[in-house]
Amino acid sequence: MDTEMLHQSARRRRSKALFMLAVLLILIAIVFLISMNAGSFRMSAGTVLNTLFGGGTDKEELILFEFRLPRICIALLVGAGLALSGCVLQGISRNGLSDPGILGINAGSGLVVLLFIAFYPTTDAAPVFALPILALVGACVTALIIFGLAYKKGEGIMPSRLILTGIAIAAAISSVTIVLMLRISPEKYQFAATWMAGSIWGSTWTFVLALLPWVIVLGAYMMVKARSLNVLALGDQLASGLGARVGGDRSRLLLVAAGLAGACVAVSGGIGFVGLIGPHIARRLVGPRHEALLPTSALCGALLMLVADTVSRALPMSSEIPTGIVVAVIGAPYFLYLMARSRA
Amino acid sequence: MPTTSPSALREGGSNQGDTLPVKSRPAIAVVVILGGLIALAFSLALSISVGAANVSLATVWEAVFNYNPELQEHLIVHELRMPRALAGALTGACFAVAGALMQGMTRNPLADSGLLGLNSGAALALALCFAFAPGMPFMLIIVWCFVGAGVASGIVYGIGSLSRGGLTPVRLVLAGAAVSALFTALSEGIAIYYRIGQELAFWYAGGLAGTKWLQLDAILPWTAAALAGAMMMSRSITMLSLGEEVASGLGLNIGRTRVLALILVLVLAGTAVSAVGAVAFVGLLIPHVARYMVGVDYRYIIPASAVLGALLIVLADIASRMIAPPFESPIGALIALIGVPFFLYLARRERREL
Repeated sequence: MDTEMLHQSARRRRSKALFMLAVLLILIAIVFLISMNAGSFRMSAGTVLNTLFGGGTDKEELILFEFRLPRICIALLVGAGLALSGCVLQGISRNGLSDPGILGINAGSGLVVLLFIAFYPTTDAAPVFALPILALVGACVTALIIFGLAYKKGEGIMPSRLILTGIAIAAAISSVTIVLMLRISPEKYQFAATWMAGSIWGSTWTFVLALLPWVIVLGAYMMVKARSLNVLALGDQLASGLGARVGGDRSRLLLVAAGLAGACVAVSGGIGFVGLIGPHIARRLVGPRHEALLPTSALCGALLMLVADTVSRALPMSSEIPTGIVVAVIGAPYFLYLMARSRA
Repeated sequence: MPTTSPSALREGGSNQGDTLPVKSRPAIAVVVILGGLIALAFSLALSISVGAANVSLATVWEAVFNYNPELQEHLIVHELRMPRALAGALTGACFAVAGALMQGMTRNPLADSGLLGLNSGAALALALCFAFAPGMPFMLIIVWCFVGAGVASGIVYGIGSLSRGGLTPVRLVLAGAAVSALFTALSEGIAIYYRIGQELAFWYAGGLAGTKWLQLDAILPWTAAALAGAMMMSRSITMLSLGEEVASGLGLNIGRTRVLALILVLVLAGTAVSAVGAVAFVGLLIPHVARYMVGVDYRYIIPASAVLGALLIVLADIASRMIAPPFESPIGALIALIGVPFFLYLARRERREL
């Protein structure tokens, strides 16, 4: 293949990726508008637009600006963050089953939240700010334990060892979780189960502002490192053959992925599935190169979360079904359909 | 994942007859299997004798071989302890062998029977039974769980092989993960909506408590046949674990082997999950332990896995009754407690790339 053809195929790939990103953005915008109408208090599309530009009643403004918009923003951020994290992890570990769960993030944050619920006197007055912070601490501590156990002097963190260690630690933590879950009262069980299935917990502007810098800064770092991710995804031998310093970039990217997923899980509960499925869907849309794959994953994840959140609010038995469950119910069949259609 | 390094291929020598191009340690394997069986016999006896009311080993011997229904101790041993201990051994062997088959077939060290959607299918069926038909008889629930496991694995297999290019291990693993996520989400949703989560958790964590001869009689013929079938297939599984090219080069009918192995996994793990709930870690852990001890030949891995899996569950069951009597600790937690440190040790020794 001569240089001209290479350039041409690169151009075609880039325009295809840009087209996909544009389609995803338009879809997100449409679902965004629908999502603002959905909920137990119905508002027509006209009323929503009117309220957005300052022409609504006090009640309409309150519902839109204080309840629905922050929740929508959180859903978008969490979806994008988890999908980015999963994309990086799958690239580094070269295993399609990797997701933020292998870093013990869901298990760790779940256990800490459960401990808090079990020993806190009541459920109704559970402080809004304590849970996300505790969840973040739990996620980070677990990820660090797994990194520490998987680290070996001279070799750094080998992906295969990381995955096996992650499985073992997650199994240990979930067995403690099972024991605890059996001993708490039914009301507390219900609360804990809902949290662990993944429900958007912190839906105020404070949490949006707290989460936004994580997603932007860490996401930007991942984008900058997209080229190293391409090389890392080829495997260690090929990567060092191409002159990449494998160890350093890999450890930094792992830390970044863990931090991003931890921040997301802190406000959303245990929604791991977006991190698994978002990158897979994106890979089938734009191929394996991370320059295109990372932004597409982020948008796929954001769209999936937004759709799931909208559906869970629009369902007649609203607010009972956690978003994480809707994510799996919508995402899994679509993924299976994509898989049945593709060759790879 | 078994190694397929050129050196391993060379060491095997000729590819004809009974010799397969893999490293194995037959002498150690025989020691492991025989030693494991002796340990299993002892732990079964121990399992029957300890509990809320301790029965001496002599009485256990009497009750087993000279049963007298008039004596209360004999009754306890015969009606409560024996089925429980035997069911533990049987399901342990089933989970471990099913896990070994899955790992050999998919060449993925993370594979176990849960990956075929079995656990999540059984869990969904259980949630449906609890939500829509409360008070359903025990045996019927077990049957429905098995149906759920079968449906889930059917979907995984169907979608995996529907796609263009046929069923590849990667596709099987991904389809299994997606279907499991879907079914788990559905059963979680049902549990939260109908507020039956904790009941379900009790059932699942309950493990072997309450196992009767009735269940044992129902699952024994199937699982015994499937275990024997797994032994007969072990040679083909070893070939499959070397990769498709090598396997077809050795004259193996890959498609047929895969289907047969999947059916065996369904019978083994499906019945075990239905009878005692998901003690999933056994299926993941034991094949790794067996491989570490006896090498990568599945003719030794499969029997060694069966013995070690049985031993692990029987021991964990004893511990679950000993820790805080009369309260029983969840057996899954104890298996993780015993298994995780060992798994961590294995993971640290791991040098291969996945």
